[in-house]
Amino acid sequence: MAAELAQVITPTGDYVEEMEPDISLDELRRLYRLMVLVRVLDIRGLQLQRQGRIGFFIGSLGQEACQVGSAYALEPADWIFPAYREIGAALLRGVTLKQVLNQYFANAEDLEKGRQLTNLYGVKSVHFVSGSAPIATQLPHAVGAALAAKIRGDPVVTLVYFGEGATSENDFHTGMNFAGVFKTPTIFFCQNNHWAISVPVEKQTGAETIAVKAKAYGFEGIRVDGNDILAVYRATKQAVEKARRGGGPTLIEAVTYRMGPHSSSDDPKRYITEQELEEWQKRDPITRFRKYLEKKRMWSETDEKKTEEDINREIDEAIAYAEKVPRPALETLFTDVYAEMPWHLEEQLLELQREKSPRGVDHDSS
Amino acid sequence: MTVLNIVQAVNHTLRDEMRRNDKIVLLGEDVGINGGVFRATEGLYKEFGSSRVIDTPLAESGIIGISIGMALYGLKPVPEIQFLDFIYPAFDQIQSELSKFRYRSGGQYAAPVVIRTPYGGGIRGSHYHSQSTEAFFAHTPGLKVVIPATPYDTKGLLTSTLRDPDPVIFLEPKKIYRTVRGEVPDEDYTVPIGKANIAREGEDVTVFAYGAMFHVAMEAAELAAARGINVEVVDLRTLLPFDIETIIGSAKKTGKVVIVHEACKTCGFGAEIAAQIAERALLHLEAPIIRVAGSDVPFPYILEDEYLPNANRVLYAIEKVHNF
Repeated sequence: MAAELAQVITPTGDYVEEMEPDISLDELRRLYRLMVLVRVLDIRGLQLQRQGRIGFFIGSLGQEACQVGSAYALEPADWIFPAYREIGAALLRGVTLKQVLNQYFANAEDLEKGRQLTNLYGVKSVHFVSGSAPIATQLPHAVGAALAAKIRGDPVVTLVYFGEGATSENDFHTGMNFAGVFKTPTIFFCQNNHWAISVPVEKQTGAETIAVKAKAYGFEGIRVDGNDILAVYRATKQAVEKARRGGGPTLIEAVTYRMGPHSSSDDPKRYITEQELEEWQKRDPITRFRKYLEKKRMWSETDEKKTEEDINREIDEAIAYAEKVPRPALETLFTDVYAEMPWHLEEQLLELQREKSPRGVDHDSS
Repeated sequence: MTVLNIVQAVNHTLRDEMRRNDKIVLLGEDVGINGGVFRATEGLYKEFGSSRVIDTPLAESGIIGISIGMALYGLKPVPEIQFLDFIYPAFDQIQSELSKFRYRSGGQYAAPVVIRTPYGGGIRGSHYHSQSTEAFFAHTPGLKVVIPATPYDTKGLLTSTLRDPDPVIFLEPKKIYRTVRGEVPDEDYTVPIGKANIAREGEDVTVFAYGAMFHVAMEAAELAAARGINVEVVDLRTLLPFDIETIIGSAKKTGKVVIVHEACKTCGFGAEIAAQIAERALLHLEAPIIRVAGSDVPFPYILEDEYLPNANRVLYAIEKVHNF
């Protein structure tokens, strides 16, 4: 069961009619546009980093279908626990380009107050939880939130993103195990992009697939073509409905490929062959979805051109705005460590303010 | 008023707050039907049921990890880690996640989890049931670290902790779980986080201590009194944020300071107290600050009495600073 790879659209844009999900034409076009937005933002983001305008960048090139397709299967009240390549899911949830660029520039209007590396964003109003860089730590959080929802009787599902590298971590096991024991409404969405920086999936697990691991925790694991947005949506939708019915967790292994570097600090030429990359470029999730839409006469060259122009303009505007917003104030170095600032942080803030003042250091502190 | 020991005070406080606040959920290994290996949660499973007193799989990172998720969702999880010595699988969750959620999200999210865990030596528990590694947590911005030493403070501090908006590590001195008894008011009261207690006033020497070592310090103060030395004993009660006013006030008053903890000496919490006094009250000091602490060795088994500070060692330090 696990080795099967669910697919609705083939790389040439052909499709299996009886598996097509019930999504309106307008919505399909919206999802496509969103995938293009993610792609363009990815290119533009890395450029900003290379130009020294933002400090760091972590992209999602090639993984657009995974993120957009899975997040589209959720209801607004459901919670997303991201890793750090889920900008498509965030944008789909309603996070605005302005918010995204404010986070990239870590400026005073960034909801996280400039405290996190690029793409580790979180927007509470859309239940998109602030992520972190340690791997797999978010899995138990997603299980805990789902358990809390279950205890409170809320029909809320949680979805947690992670990569195949994360499945080697302690917290993957822990999260999956707790979810299996407590039968929480949690979707474990693994984007198997084949590479954890330079280490291939074969060195993460001796198992035939990632999906097969779910069996040991007492729930279903399914494997889906992660470059096929409709297959991703279909699989996630089924898992979400099952979870909401009280059917417990599901592990989804979305087989995809990281077509860009791990981050702006990585050079994949050191470990990935051009041939391998070219093979996966033939399976590009955006090209594939576009071919499908074209076959259905839902998309044209004119649409494509206009979409790219619009998106670039929107990104230009968001960049121009975000770049002008000042850095966060000095006080924000000390706020939100606790609900109320304790004496020692107040004191350290005052010391910094004094040291920065032209009068110099006040030595009379005893 | 009821006379309770410390573990009973924990139990009653949890029960009373759970009756007041239906968001409080207890979870951990053996906390349910068994009532906890130290019986801190005895009777609570029966009263509140399996959705509020949850027996979990044996995995500390999972216990803390799901507690964080529950707290993000709006519950007030109170995980029990069976012994502080077993908390390390959850160290990543505590350091990387729990302590940073409010900050890293720009104040959007909070994870006010209360981690209760018995700590400290004196029970013939060897390496893995005895250690005092409170300094790891006191070195972590975003956490609060609270340690009671009496039944009265246990109830008052735990009540404050359960109402606090931030994550708290609540360390329970297991050696004195049952040996220290005292009157505890039946009614609701709190002891504020961040306030030390001058448990014994004196003019000659100040001894700072917390947890089980507070009682060692008190014993030493009595011995010193018999020798004509009037010792002030300060129970710190909260390590983070610690009560700087009381600490500096007492150090300035006596000018002679001894700090007692059972954690090993190097980089122990005593170093922070000593540094604060050096920064703020150096010219009031009349003797070097002395730390009476555990040795810098892994916690022993058969020689634990030699490892742990006792009243005679504290008395020796008191006399040393007094006669300096």
